[in-house]
This record gives sequence, structure tokens and C-alpha cells, in this order.
Amino acid sequence: MDISFNQDQIEIANQAHRFLEKECPAEFVRRMYEDEKGFTDELWHKMAEMGWMGMTIPEQYNGVGLGLTDLCIILEEMGRVVLPGPYFSTVMLAAEALKAAGNESQKQTYLARIAVGESRGTLALFEPEGGSRPGYIRMEAKEDSGGFIMNGTKLFVPDAPVSDFMVVAARTGAGNDPAEGVTLFLVDTGAPGLSITPLITMDGTRKQSAVRFEGVKVTSENILGGIHKGWEPLSRVLNRAQVGLAAENVGGAQKAMEMAVDYAKIRVAFDQPIGAYQAVKHMCAQMLVEVEGSRSILYYAAWAQDEERPEQAALAASVAKSHCSEAYRNVCTDCIQVLGAIGFTWEHDAHLFLKRAKANQVALGDTAFHREEIARLIGCDGV
Amino acid sequence: MDYRLSPEDENYREELRAWLDRTFPKDRPPPKTDTIEDARKAYQNYQRKLFEGGYAGIRYPRKYGGQNGSMIQEMIVTEELAPYGRDHAAGINAIGMGMALPTIHAVGTEEQKEMFIRKLLDGTHVWVQAFSEPNAGSDVAACTTRAVRKGDRYLVNGQKIWTTSAQYADWSLVLVRTSPDKPKHRGLSYLLMDLKAPGVEIRPIRQITGEDEFNEIYFDDVEVPLNMLVGREDEGWMIALTTLMFERVMGDLSMANTFKIMFDNLLSMAGSVKENGRPVLENPYYRQKMAKCYSDLMVLKYTGLRNFSKVFGGGVPGPEGSIGKLLWSTLQVNMSELAMEIQGPYNQLMPGSPSAIDNGLFQYSYLYAKGMVIAAGTTEVMKNIIGERVLGLPKDMSRSAITRK
Repeated sequence: MDISFNQDQIEIANQAHRFLEKECPAEFVRRMYEDEKGFTDELWHKMAEMGWMGMTIPEQYNGVGLGLTDLCIILEEMGRVVLPGPYFSTVMLAAEALKAAGNESQKQTYLARIAVGESRGTLALFEPEGGSRPGYIRMEAKEDSGGFIMNGTKLFVPDAPVSDFMVVAARTGAGNDPAEGVTLFLVDTGAPGLSITPLITMDGTRKQSAVRFEGVKVTSENILGGIHKGWEPLSRVLNRAQVGLAAENVGGAQKAMEMAVDYAKIRVAFDQPIGAYQAVKHMCAQMLVEVEGSRSILYYAAWAQDEERPEQAALAASVAKSHCSEAYRNVCTDCIQVLGAIGFTWEHDAHLFLKRAKANQVALGDTAFHREEIARLIGCDGV
Repeated sequence: MDYRLSPEDENYREELRAWLDRTFPKDRPPPKTDTIEDARKAYQNYQRKLFEGGYAGIRYPRKYGGQNGSMIQEMIVTEELAPYGRDHAAGINAIGMGMALPTIHAVGTEEQKEMFIRKLLDGTHVWVQAFSEPNAGSDVAACTTRAVRKGDRYLVNGQKIWTTSAQYADWSLVLVRTSPDKPKHRGLSYLLMDLKAPGVEIRPIRQITGEDEFNEIYFDDVEVPLNMLVGREDEGWMIALTTLMFERVMGDLSMANTFKIMFDNLLSMAGSVKENGRPVLENPYYRQKMAKCYSDLMVLKYTGLRNFSKVFGGGVPGPEGSIGKLLWSTLQVNMSELAMEIQGPYNQLMPGSPSAIDNGLFQYSYLYAKGMVIAAGTTEVMKNIIGERVLGLPKDMSRSAITRK
């Protein structure tokens, strides 16, 4: 047993930290916040040159072939600077879906291009009446002369306008159970009948859209994995991505805490720095408890995805997702309180973190959903 | 990064489990622990067996009776022994194992090591720590118990309070003031005291649970030989701090083990309680809370492992250990609060009441938890430590002025 980072991992963290401090300062994040596209090709290519697009993609598809733990180290740093753009959707959603369910030719076509920064993808999963339940999949893909025709709406699809393709979960069989009759499709974002409407969201750093499917035709070659068998690989993809989000949350919470603590040391009120007052000091101490507790569960959950039995890994993912999301939200809330009026302004960066925290809280299953998953997995039904 | 044990360590765990099954058969009822004598006997027999079986003092040198083993082995033993320790009142010597042992080993004289380590490991001695006083609780350094040097001994006078398990104990770590004229933190010394010495009086205090687990101790001209001083005279404060840090490294992990047992009890209790004629765990309100408790338990476990791993890697326990204390004491409060909530009106029934659920186990833990956010450093003191010594926030001016005085 050794649960510290090895030398390579420490180097990955340092390198990512230096790169992102330089390439993604707050001014850049703010510019992308207001920008329709939300990222620049220049930064995308630099990240690709770093090898980040293919971190967890196997080497035979141009990737680096590392584990989720290594990727989480980078995601933590990305969360720390509230990195804008479609990295998460491409690497943690689309690429993972291809890894989990793709056939050889799909992997050659899509994964190999993602790994070198030449293609972007996303996941169209959530539906208007499903809340944040990933398993609520009602949109139909009806068989039609050797192919399928899709009709319906997917919501909260990240980065759809800048993606080349999306992985779409649709119902091909009857019933409501996602484990039966759900199929994953690879759909070109330019497909006829597919329309994308950007949503005006609180977190401007990660764009989301509504995607409407009106008679979108796909062939059986677009099926990702087995027909009616989409849920099993998809749920594994979601677990990994939930851990990825937890990593972002830890990085963001760490930075929000640092902003609050730094300010508490220099801001003087009633003749002493506000950090000397226990009301403020204890808020800061609680932030550290939240951040370090979150980091502890995050890296176990990341390791578990690659190394543990599926049920243990799923449990750890839900714990990490719900715990780290709440921690991030809590730290941002207290950060603004410590900052006082300046924290309420647009000018200070605190709101960028709070808004990302709020978005991550409901992304890929909200806290209530994950707690219900945990309750089920620890045996609250069977006692 | 690997959270798995090596095959050798897995093997060690299997051997330990087999040994525990043989030595403490499951079908044999646990010993009586109701009276002071019974509890001492139960603990001493238990500890003696661990010592003879080679499972005491895992990472201490053989010359003092230890096993010269690894920290991982110690972690395994701590984890596996948790339920057995509960059955054998091992809690009465938790301070001995968690504080006295590492402190004496780290900073004691050779003579002190020879005198005490083996007797701690083989169950002969039970140790406690007497730091707190009526007017020195969270502010431990406000200690006024006096020790005056007289020939080859100290004469100790004063009063300690909240000394857990003193009624069971043979020896105590005692913080005393040797130089009242020096600044507050620089006039304290750290003594090892024989509690059977003339002039020591122990008076139990009845606590919120109805039990008398902790005590007042009065010292009236108690003689302590000079060779029972740990470290140098007037330098006791740093030793006291070290002692408290050691308490926390293994503490978090063994708390995680203890609370896992408590959570399993809670889960099976919740599975049998009904509301409206239906199992209470069908209610999403409770399911959500159960899930939150379980999450916090995992957070505690992996935070404990991280701290442990840091020390294992050659580091010293640092003030960040305070994070674990906050995690486990909060978890204990929340978990026992949830147990009470799940029981509804039954949560009023105490041990002895025929309808009491699990004979009042959770009523006891609910009340007991109230002390855990106070003992071993209150939540507020822990947050001061984290704020000042980890995050580097300034001290309150009024407080730093007093400290300078």
C-alpha cells in the first residue's frame, strides 16, 4: 500500500499547474465567459501538444494510456483555473464512451483523432422531464429500413456547438428501465434534422445547449456498442466522469479557499487582519477540512475506477461526486462571505468559482441522486 | 498509488484473523466489564494474550517487548482488533497505547523506556493523561498544578479534571508548573506519576450518560522522583504538544474502524424500525441521511489513510491531523443524531426498558457524542490550530498579547 503520488504524478501536477497559470489566467476565463464559442483553437492545440487529449486513451489510438488517477491530477489543476472549453466533454464523456463501447473502426476513426486534438465530441443524455437522473432515457430511436430515426430533445448537452459529434443515448426498446432497451449512437453534429440551441446558463465558462432531434437518421454503423445494451457501458462512463468532476471540484475549492485565506491575512478591520477573528478564522479552517476531506475521497475513487470491483468503484464515484460537489459549493459560499462586498462584485473572481460549483453540483446526477445510489449500494433496500 | 495491501501484508492479516478466531472464539461470551475490577481484569487478560501472541507494540523495538514490525502491520492490527477491543474494555487504556507509549518511546529516557514500555504492552499498566484543570481546559497551558523540586524529587500539589479512566489507572502523564515566574508556555514540565503514590486522590465524575468515566484528581504533596521527568524541566509544553499529535495519527484510522462498526449497527437497526407500518428505510429522507453518513465515513477513512501514509513515508504528524479530529467528532454527532431520528419516539427509551431498541445503545452514543466535540481539543481549538498553524492566519491580538506576557 502506498497512497502518495509517485514522482511522475508529481511532475504531471507541477507541469499542469505551470501551464495553466500561464495559459489560462482569470482574464482569459472572463473573455471566454463572454465569448460565444468559449475557447480558443490556440489553447486547444497547446493542450493537445501537452498530450492531454489522449491522457487515458490507449497508445494504439495515439493516446498516452495513463489511468484515471493521472487524469484527475490534471483535472484538479483545470478546476483550479476554471478552465473554459470542451476538454471535459471531449475527454471525459465522448472519448470514455468510445473506449467503453466502441468497435475497432470507431476507435480508429474517433478516438485516434480526439487524442491528437483533431476532433471533439460530447454526450447528449439528459432529458426535459428527467431532472438530473441519468437513467431517465425516453427519447426514441425507431428502427426504419435498416437504420434508425431519432425524434426528441436532449438538454444540458455540454459544448454541443463546438463538437464534431455527440454520443446520444436513446431508447430502442420498450420500457423505462435504462438497463434494457437503451442504445448509444454516434451522431454527427451536422446531421440533418439536428438543431442546437445554446442555453443561457449561470456558469458562462462551460457552455450548454438544448439539442433537438427531428427525424435524424442514423445507420447501424452509428451504433456504439450493442443494440439495447447502451446502459452498462454508459453507466461506467458516467462513473468515471463523475470522479473527473469531483477532481475539478477539489481544484476549484482549493483555489477559492486560497483566495479567502490570502484576503483574510491582509484585510484589516477594527485594527487587526480579519483572519485573526475566530468567526472568519473558523470559516477558513472549515474550508480546509472540506478541501482535504474531498481530496482524500477523490483519489481513492479515481484509483477504484481502474482497480476495484465495479460495485465498489460505483459506490466510490457517487460518494466522491456528491461530497466534492457540496464541498466546492460550501467553500465558494464562505469564500464570498470572507471577501465581503468585494466578493459580491463582478470584478472579483470569486463568482467564477461559485458558478462552476453550482453547475457541477447538478451535472451528471445531483447530490440527491447520488445519495440514493449510495443508499442502494450499501444495502438500505435489503436490510 | 495503490490502496491495496501487498501479498505479505494480506497474509499477515489472514494469520491475525485466524489467531483471533482461535484466541477469542466467537461462541464464548465476552467477559464482564461492569466494575472497575472486572474491566481491568478483562483488559489485562486481553492485552496479555495480544502480547504473548506477538500482536502488541507492533512497531516498537523487540528489546522493549515490541515486534519491530511495520506501520502497515500496525494499521492492520488496529483495524482487526477494533471489535475485540470493545468487548474487552481496551478503551480504559486507550491513552496508554495512544499517548503514553509513543511519547515515552520518542522522548523518554532509556530508564523510562525500560521501566514502562514492556509493562504497557503486556497489559500490566494502565495509563491516563492529566493535563486539564478546572481553569485550564482548552487553554491547557494555563495549568497551575505546582511541582517544586525538593532534593531528589518533586512535590506536586494541585488539581486535575476530566481525566478519562483514572479510576482504572496505575500511572499518569501529568503536566505541571515548575517555574511560575516564566512565561506561560515556558514554565511547564512533563512528569510520569505513579497514581498509587500517597497524596493522590481520584474522584469519579458522573457524566451526561449517567456513567462515571472521567475523574478529578487531587495532588496533596505527591512525591515524584526526578527521574520521572520527561525531557527537560520547563520544556514540558512541546512534549505535551507532541503527545497530542501522536494521539491523532492512529486515532483517525481507529476511529474510522470504530465508526464503521457503529454504522453497520445503525444500518441493521434502521432496517428493523418501522414508521406508519413500513420499514423506515423506505423513506427517502432517511436514505439520504444514511448515504451522507456513509460518505462522511469514507472521507474519514481515506483522510486517515493519507495522514497515516504521510507519517509512514517518514514525515512527522503535523497540525493537519486536526482535520481528522474534526471529521470524526462531527461524524459521531451526526451518526448518533440520525440513529435517534430513525427511532422516533422509541429514542426516549433507555437501557432496561423492555421496548428500548438495541437496549439503548444509540441513546448512549448520542449522549456520549456530545463529549467528543469537546474532548481531545474542542472543535473551536481545532479550528484555531488549523487556521493559525496550517493556513497561517494571524492570532487574535488579545490572545497573542496574553501569550507574550
